[in-house]
Amino acid sequence: MSNSAEIPQPAGPADALRPALSPMALALRRFRRNRLAMAGLALLAIVVASSLAGIAWNHVAVMRGQPEPYRTPQPGIHPQPPSLEFPFGTDPLGRDLLARTLIGGGISIGVGLAAATVSILIGTFWGITSGYAGRGLDTVMMRIVDVMYGLPYILLVILLLVLFAEQTIWLRMVVLFMAIGGVSWLTMARVVRGQVLSLREAEFVQAARALGSGAPRIIVKEMLPNLTGPILVCATLTVPLAILQESFLSFLGLGVPPPLASWGTLASDAIEALNPVRVYWWLLVMPCSFLGATLLGLNFVGDGLRDAFDPRAR
Amino acid sequence: MLHYILRRLLYFIPTLLAIYTVAFLLMHAAPGSPFVQEKGLPPEVLASRMAEFHLDKPLWQQYLLYGWDIVSLRGHSSIKYPNRNVIHDILAPAFPVSLTLGICALAIALVVGTAAGVASAARPRSLTDYGAMVGAMIGISQPSFVIASVLLAVFALCLRWLPVGGWGSPSQIVLPAIALAALPAAYIARLVRTGMLEVLSADFIRTARAKGLPEHSVLLDHALRNAWLPVLGYLGPAAASIFTGSFVVEKIFAIPGVGTHFVDSALHRDHPLILATVLLYAVLLVVFNLAVDLGYAWLDPRIRYE
Repeated sequence: MSNSAEIPQPAGPADALRPALSPMALALRRFRRNRLAMAGLALLAIVVASSLAGIAWNHVAVMRGQPEPYRTPQPGIHPQPPSLEFPFGTDPLGRDLLARTLIGGGISIGVGLAAATVSILIGTFWGITSGYAGRGLDTVMMRIVDVMYGLPYILLVILLLVLFAEQTIWLRMVVLFMAIGGVSWLTMARVVRGQVLSLREAEFVQAARALGSGAPRIIVKEMLPNLTGPILVCATLTVPLAILQESFLSFLGLGVPPPLASWGTLASDAIEALNPVRVYWWLLVMPCSFLGATLLGLNFVGDGLRDAFDPRAR
Repeated sequence: MLHYILRRLLYFIPTLLAIYTVAFLLMHAAPGSPFVQEKGLPPEVLASRMAEFHLDKPLWQQYLLYGWDIVSLRGHSSIKYPNRNVIHDILAPAFPVSLTLGICALAIALVVGTAAGVASAARPRSLTDYGAMVGAMIGISQPSFVIASVLLAVFALCLRWLPVGGWGSPSQIVLPAIALAALPAAYIARLVRTGMLEVLSADFIRTARAKGLPEHSVLLDHALRNAWLPVLGYLGPAAASIFTGSFVVEKIFAIPGVGTHFVDSALHRDHPLILATVLLYAVLLVVFNLAVDLGYAWLDPRIRYE
């Protein structure tokens, strides 16, 4: 009996008293035990909190009638290295880099969240419809996804942004958010469709159908709870990709319009100021460490969620 | 198999047509005209310039004319570079440069990523494992232009080991290829590591070890072949990331490749050059994706394409 540990022990009285855990609660417990994922979550919490604090700081300044810290040049000679007055230093135009990094965090995280939201909305709808309808509609919808997968999408995004470059700030921001979001729902649609296909044949779905449930009820009551895990994982892993794409577009000069900043525009400004005589390291290190922390945190949390919802898949 | 390839080739047509149509419509929906910068042109000159680029004709005629110019490989003269044919004078010399760079980067990503993944899976929780995974985290968490600039600053400006930029000698490929390879290499290392860890606990690995095979044979011949399948699935996205990454890396290292033309041509509303460049990238991507799918069948005999 060397493998007796693998045989489930009969439930003792203590277990009998404990209420049965739902799959969601089990996943949550597995997630909480994953140290890397929890560290990622803590990292994310710090970055998000500081970005919110930066936005609040700016708002307070506006309400008091003071100049907005992220766009106001400070007196003196710049760029200055980090000091007590400016913990992150200042940029070549004399603006406080701490304020700019925090505001930039708001924009970068916003782009990521917008992409995740678009991918959840369109991708889930597309995947469920395609998987549940089956047959002709499924073929057509998945063919569309295949063709769009084949498109070198970023080329079209660049084209879109370049061609609308002379529009107002708001239109440009909307185009930027939409363009990055529009790229990211394809993977979600495929993942959700795959799940729906297997759920459709599951016994509890058959039972619900036999009891007379209609399609909307089956989808909402039976399928969606089982789709939450994969959707959550896919959305979490969409965010870092969107943030990277935004920074890439920033480098090409297509990011958020100045004087607004994102981590991408800050990093690409820092690279423009790069020269072998004077090393303004803080210009690059500050925004990039925030960017790196966010991307790592998101990747850890995404991996943790995947392991938590599907323990066999590791 | 042949049937499958033919069907996939047939799918290229709607994909490429869709890309061409979207690019064409975007180009015309956008405000601004190619000749807006040339202020003070006499109306006759403007009219003849417009006629040269079919801009006086209805949209559907332009659509067909530009399409035919590209399909027949005849090309059209560029707006930004007068008297230079977009296919023969601009893209034909630039394409081999970008292709060489892309292939080098992909090769580096595959070799470094696989080696790091195998090394860290062979001794989990060792110093090698943590070292490789920290490296992978840096690759995943920084944009390629930051990595490229830091490499440039350290190895070209401070240490002066390698040239700052340009194209022609092998030493000029090293830094840009590494910068492009960083992200895919990091992903591949993680994929290989998880794949290897899973495979290494399988029964046939225990058998291989039990019959006394040397450890490197177990790792490389038996485990890696199975652990490598997910990497193949990632190659399509990896190629796309290297293609798009080449826009910024070519700019940073002053490499005369196709990437630089892409953004420039869109900024200058150079219609013939935009369309030709978009289609060149599109063809590359779809051909590469087909090659990847065929590679699956070669690596995993269980996969059959009907």
